Amino acid sequence: MKYEAVIGLEIHSELKTNTKIFCGCATTFGAEQNTHVCPVCLGLPGVLPVVNRRVVEFAIKAGIALNCTINKFSKFDRKNYYYPDLPKNFQTSQYDLPIAEHGYVDIETEQGKKRIRITRIHMEEDAGKLVHSGTTIKDSAASNVDYNRTGVPLIEIVSEPDMSTPQEARAYMEKIKSILEYIDVSNCRMEEGNLRADLNISLRPAGTKELGTKAEMKNINSFKAVEDALTYEIERQEEILEDGGHIVQETRTWDPNRGVTLSMRTKETAQDYRYMPEPDLVPIITTDEEIEAYRKGLPELPDARQARLEEKFGLSSYDAGIITSSRDMAEYFDAVVAEGADPKLAANWMMGDLSKNLNSEGKEIKDSPVDAKRLGKMIQLIEKGTISSKIGKEVFKTMWESPDDPEKIIKDKGLVQITDTKEIEAIVDSVIAANPKPVADYKSGNKKAIGALVGQIMKQTRGKANPQLVNQLLAQKLDQ
Amino acid sequence: MRLYNKPAHELHDLLAKKEISSVELTKDVLARLDETENKIQAYIDVTRETALQEAEKADKKIAAGEAISYFEGIPGAIKDNICTKGVKTTCASRMLENFVPPYNATVMEKLQAERPVILGKANMDEFAMGGSTENSAFHPTHNPWNADCVPGGSSGGSAAAVAAGSAIWALGSDTGGSIRQPASFCGVVGMKPTYGRVSRYGLVAFASSLDQIGPLTRDVTDCAHLLQTIAGNDKYDSTSSASEVPDYTISLVEDVKGLKIGIPKEFFVKGMDAEVETAVRDAIRKLESLGANVQEISLPHTEYAISVYYLIAPAEAATNLERYDGVSYGARVDGVDVVDMMTKTRSEKFGEEVKRRILIGNYALSAGYYDAYYLKALKVRRLIKEDYDKAFGQVDVIVTPTAPTPAYKIGEMSNDPLKMYLQDIYTVPLNLAGLPGISLPCGYSSQKLPIGLQIIGKPLDEATVLRTAYTYEQSQSFHKEMAEVKA
Repeated sequence: MKYEAVIGLEIHSELKTNTKIFCGCATTFGAEQNTHVCPVCLGLPGVLPVVNRRVVEFAIKAGIALNCTINKFSKFDRKNYYYPDLPKNFQTSQYDLPIAEHGYVDIETEQGKKRIRITRIHMEEDAGKLVHSGTTIKDSAASNVDYNRTGVPLIEIVSEPDMSTPQEARAYMEKIKSILEYIDVSNCRMEEGNLRADLNISLRPAGTKELGTKAEMKNINSFKAVEDALTYEIERQEEILEDGGHIVQETRTWDPNRGVTLSMRTKETAQDYRYMPEPDLVPIITTDEEIEAYRKGLPELPDARQARLEEKFGLSSYDAGIITSSRDMAEYFDAVVAEGADPKLAANWMMGDLSKNLNSEGKEIKDSPVDAKRLGKMIQLIEKGTISSKIGKEVFKTMWESPDDPEKIIKDKGLVQITDTKEIEAIVDSVIAANPKPVADYKSGNKKAIGALVGQIMKQTRGKANPQLVNQLLAQKLDQ
Repeated sequence: MRLYNKPAHELHDLLAKKEISSVELTKDVLARLDETENKIQAYIDVTRETALQEAEKADKKIAAGEAISYFEGIPGAIKDNICTKGVKTTCASRMLENFVPPYNATVMEKLQAERPVILGKANMDEFAMGGSTENSAFHPTHNPWNADCVPGGSSGGSAAAVAAGSAIWALGSDTGGSIRQPASFCGVVGMKPTYGRVSRYGLVAFASSLDQIGPLTRDVTDCAHLLQTIAGNDKYDSTSSASEVPDYTISLVEDVKGLKIGIPKEFFVKGMDAEVETAVRDAIRKLESLGANVQEISLPHTEYAISVYYLIAPAEAATNLERYDGVSYGARVDGVDVVDMMTKTRSEKFGEEVKRRILIGNYALSAGYYDAYYLKALKVRRLIKEDYDKAFGQVDVIVTPTAPTPAYKIGEMSNDPLKMYLQDIYTVPLNLAGLPGISLPCGYSSQKLPIGLQIIGKPLDEATVLRTAYTYEQSQSFHKEMAEVKA
């Protein structure tokens, strides 16, 4: 039987506020253990939470950017469960009246654009971090709790089960990351756990409507792991169903080292969270005016920006999609173009040499040694014919290592393109004279033999000869 | 001259006039404490040394001719569920037996700005759960009027200390009557302010939507001043009221002319204690004779108040008390793993009543029961509040008994929690509706046990409650009598 997967994601994103959600402690990552703590986030007897208004603002902005309805009356609830990294043994979260609901994002799939619906976005506090003497809580003689992360604000974005392949799930998560970065509410550093997802997946016979039994995989924190875990899980569930078995509703964990998912707990032992309204906080009331003000304050979002690049500059949908996938990249692009560079060339250079260099050094575009201004200038020099694209690569490489402007590099290294017809003609003549074999080959009909001659000319000019001119003159002479 | 038997306003005048010193006063109250404490056991912890240091500071200020604030240099007690920086705050529980808060409750900050003398931490029912102070994990407190009787609770230590003279004033907390009922049993004045009038920051939570800190004092004048000191908005308590705190001392006038007093018919039912009924009806007649207009009113949902309270309070308590797990503070009983450690810690360190309420609360919140119990309780709570809103459309204050009986014998109800819960019938509705209420003495039983009169006001209208109470108080002399505490 052919099966189709039904996939839904719960994405947790840490918000980049300076202080925690219910107290004034700093949210800085990587500080010494238990230095960003106070009676409130430690859950000492007698303390009370106070909502950080920035958290509400960021959550509302995320809601607007993800096309949600903002609930003008929203409230916090207590989600009760015991775990040593949770000082109060309840998480202050939102249950029946989340800050935002009923949104969507569009993703690109092989079959074209697909809309993924968002059920809800709610605010909650992060838990602390257990530091074990062994590898897990079970095999450790002792564990410490680091409460620095306790109370760092999170939003949880819950999707409808609208995805049907691991690739769609990945595209969805990439889109969410991109939007959250655009609106500047989260750092989205996945390696720091800023962005992580719980994956829900079930299978059903292709074309049917009824949902199968699902498994959930918690805390997946890379795009690759999203794809890999779902791919594995589809195979696992398919095998069980093929063998006539039943899927057990359970929580599983993804082991990236072994490339398998493992059972954590089944529904029989599932938690009863005993949700109740948080009596220490008052409801969050948001007015239409506030929502409108937040909406107006949002920057151009990826979809709109991509459409603009396609329409205004004639970029392909693919190129525009990549350029706008991050706000930093899109802004870099705009700056290169503002410098006067041709938009298509700008896109090519960004997706080519720039990306390659950034990737190989693990750098973000905002930390690129070659800034948009210099790249823009260099592209213009290519457009004007001062240098060839090939020389451009050399100039780019030099710019990567030095702060010099492209003009200076070209001048210092003598890289200005030879566009003097006479000068090139002389070299062409000498190369024809010195290479009778390719010349003979060419004349006898093997037109490809011209390549060897071009190569010789470029070698002699150290690549500076204008390639169009070389080709043109060579063909002229040989065809005489 | 003995000083322990005077209210704060008299002592303040004596201090200001330099007729007495704070050290002299503090030593006298400590002497009284030594005379009575082995019998009353009002305190969990007496901070003798720091008390005398605080007294010396006050005296230096007085000697320097500086003006002193109302409670400056006057000794009082703090219920042991109010966090005091650097001083153990146990909640009368083995769980927090050695817990020293690194911070002060907001009320302590406000109080200490007036530089009173803090004598120590007063006994209570564990985590404020109970109405007799028998549920303290350390020892019960005894009623100063009759040591065989309970002082009421849960602020029994605070009320008994003020009644016995081992404190001039005290702070308590009231979740379902925990200030007013012990005030009634011990013959002192106790007030639960409007929910949100006093910050709860630093009050170890029992039931967050019901808890309020309030004063226990010798008379209405001291009550008004102590409320003045602790009331006000607090940025650390989102549920605290932003409305301005009026000058409560303006209320200290004898004037009930034209005041509309409501008497809820549902509160005076067949089978209620005859002596309580007589004393309260006498007090109402007194107020009428002083110019108030008395009318009968109806609060039809009163009969559901206890049931609603005993669902909402335990549900909130169940989650509030989850933090006591042995992980980072408080008691810990070691186990083979973390779950075992948490389980043992909670099983061994919580008392029976606390565990009973945690179980009730979790049951009410659990999947499948939430709608039937907790959600329904919230709905009925609203109906109860609406009863009061409606009544306050007709009247200015409502007058009732504080408790259905005078103090009962220690041990008399400890095996019958349901009967004990019914003791809260007159006090609980105010917490559910968030209303202010005061209890002040209005007579004695034939056994010479105090009887309390409860005056209930509109939200944030403590001023009218205090004025009514003051007018009644000045018309008789119950507040001038103190328990003898026979050795």
